[in-house]
Amino acid sequence: MPMIHMTVNGKAVKGHAEPRTLLVEFIRDTLRLTGTHVGCDTSQCGACVVHVDGHAIKSCTTLAVACEGAHVTTIEGLAHGTDLHPMQEAFREHHGLQCGYCTPGMIMSAVDMVNRKGHELSEHTIREELEGNICRCTGYHNIVKAVAAGAKAMQGMAKAAE
Amino acid sequence: MYEFDYHRPGTLDAAVKLAGEADAKILAGGHTLIPTLKQRLAAPKLLVDLHAVRELQGVHLKDGQLVIGAMTTHAHVADSALVKAHLPGLAALAAGIGDPHVRHRGTIGGSVANNDPAADYPSAVLALNATIITNKRSIKADDFFKGMFETALAEGEIITHFSFPAGIKSGYAKFPNPASRYALVGVYVAQHGSDARVAVTGAGANGVFRASTLEAALKGNFSAAALEGKSVPADGINSDMHADAAYRAHLIGVMARRAVAAAH
Repeated sequence: MPMIHMTVNGKAVKGHAEPRTLLVEFIRDTLRLTGTHVGCDTSQCGACVVHVDGHAIKSCTTLAVACEGAHVTTIEGLAHGTDLHPMQEAFREHHGLQCGYCTPGMIMSAVDMVNRKGHELSEHTIREELEGNICRCTGYHNIVKAVAAGAKAMQGMAKAAE
Repeated sequence: MYEFDYHRPGTLDAAVKLAGEADAKILAGGHTLIPTLKQRLAAPKLLVDLHAVRELQGVHLKDGQLVIGAMTTHAHVADSALVKAHLPGLAALAAGIGDPHVRHRGTIGGSVANNDPAADYPSAVLALNATIITNKRSIKADDFFKGMFETALAEGEIITHFSFPAGIKSGYAKFPNPASRYALVGVYVAQHGSDARVAVTGAGANGVFRASTLEAALKGNFSAAALEGKSVPADGINSDMHADAAYRAHLIGVMARRAVAAAH
């Protein structure tokens, strides 16, 4: 079985995996990072979204072996200790979740959205960009509010880091 | 998934060699192949991942042609300043494929080589009269698409680039299936001098096809008004639980008008 090496949430990791192992299986079963979820397993629901080399992708439709040498960020990589990432904080503040199953993917998609589209996101943009994330509880209204607020709050984070 | 071996060659030559092995399958973005493998509908012995073949990536302008590498992702095409400037209709098509995560992985080469009858890109390749360049030869779009999931590609042949005529007026409109978001009907229109080419995806029982009646109507008058009252016969149009042939045929006319209106 090949040995796969990646940098996950800033830390060098390695593990054996068959070529047919999906990235999400490697993250959950080998690395034991279970914040990334499997919902539909058919590239539709977005519960498995992680960032690979800075881009949001569906880890249920990516082979782990194809990510050899990649930089991967999962939901566990966002918070600093007990300080939530501004997007996580915004989901908490605006009740952007009920059961929470889709939330890690929603937040990873939202952070990617801000990286690409900036901090001022219209409701229309957010709804369009959430095409690949399905939530069966909330009806999306509070998710959209949370993403808009989180996007603004991330601007503060960028400024604080300067 | 059944077991398979995996290689990620760094050069086209190495990829071609591996792709020629028995039961080898080429892996591009994987957004059709991996779901197919999960369902055990295919059992390749070897996957040849093209992600590390640098020469297959990126967009450049050469002799009035927009040349797009086969491994260029949908997100890259959608955001490319060159594509937006020289073929904005193609950039808009790429921006509407799947969702943001799919667009970060899916590639133009994978989409066209697979020739899914409801994929977006084949309609642009056909309407823009693009050339498909492989490791062996150049293939005109009219000779490339051979029916549902069938193309002129030989076993192990790898698409390296697409060559699109830059700077011509073109546009795309699709009616997505409300559940899958694949094109129930998608129409790409392109103006070639006084002629027009109109290619339809999602609707044809044999995959992407050119709508000759609509092309004739647009000849010398590339406007939505020229398509008023024009339609496509329902013969050879898909009928399924999502839409019957008459409805799809009607949508082709509607989408063609919208595509012309959106063209620039």
